[in-house]
Amino acid sequence: MAEHGAVVLRVCRAVLGPADADDAWSETFLAALRAYPELPEGANVEAWLVTIAHRKAIDEVRATRRRPTPTEELPEQPTEPAAPDAELWAALAALPTVQRQAVAYHYLAGLPYAQVAGIVGNNETAARRAAADGMKKLRTVYGKEADQ
Amino acid sequence: MTGLGDAELLAGLPVTDEPALARLHARLVGAAQAEGLLDVAYRTIDSPVGSLLLAATEQGLVRVAFAREDHDQVLGRLAERISPRVLHAPARLDAVAREIDEYFDHRRDLFDLPLDFRLATGFRREVLAHLPEIGYGHTASYAVVAAAAGSPKAVRAVGTACATNPLPIVVPCHRVVRSDGGIGQYLGGVDAKRALLTLEAR
Repeated sequence: MAEHGAVVLRVCRAVLGPADADDAWSETFLAALRAYPELPEGANVEAWLVTIAHRKAIDEVRATRRRPTPTEELPEQPTEPAAPDAELWAALAALPTVQRQAVAYHYLAGLPYAQVAGIVGNNETAARRAAADGMKKLRTVYGKEADQ
Repeated sequence: MTGLGDAELLAGLPVTDEPALARLHARLVGAAQAEGLLDVAYRTIDSPVGSLLLAATEQGLVRVAFAREDHDQVLGRLAERISPRVLHAPARLDAVAREIDEYFDHRRDLFDLPLDFRLATGFRREVLAHLPEIGYGHTASYAVVAAAAGSPKAVRAVGTACATNPLPIVVPCHRVVRSDGGIGQYLGGVDAKRALLTLEAR
């Protein structure tokens, strides 16, 4: 279980952004603990966890939408230096959801496209294209800055 | 185009973030415990006989393992035999860790911890139940323990029971030695057995 914690956190951060990733991670592992005894023997635990994380991320997005959005700016906080992944997250956030998911599940969790397709609900070709398009866009938006 | 590879492109998302994971893990343990989802809690402690893995169920301490047993493998077997809901939850083992520390510090000669013997069955369990009768600083032969367990001829089985004791140190199989005065085998290694007997002799 512990060995997958880091991968799932990375996936949650990529899909949801750093702020909401913690809750999705917690919900994922709690749900996994509840369901663990029913996990068939020999099942790919990481793929299973990513599947749960995918659903929890969707829940998280819905919950965020329901929350009233603050209209006024909060009083200026002394800003911390930007997290090293802030720019990457901004680039990821700009991607269409399915591309962001495909990039996270394939490139971060290492799942084959067939499994990615099973999770996001499309087919292997579409999953492959979404991941490729996502990476291409990331490369043009974020890669250039990072490469300078 | 830039020369950035796929992995480099995504390197801005650190592969591991230990402080965040530690925080999230602690939060998970709390939530799991509140929901009764923590079946096996574990931690490791340092001791004069090397790193010890301690694992407990709701009933009590269920496993003490030496480093040479390979802690990861031990945890894997606990997940198979007891429950896959195994979490690193040091606080659940504070009392155990304290008593073991006291033992190695000559401040304790008797453990009074709730024990869960589910990993030992049948005659082996019978043997383990008799081991605490061998007092601190004393030893008994495999034959004497066999007789105490009601099967004087089962000397070899006593050896097996000791060799598979899931709760070494706390259930003192190290006090069982050979009739000819030889130290006998020990799952923590003969050196560890000697160290424990030497500790208790002082």
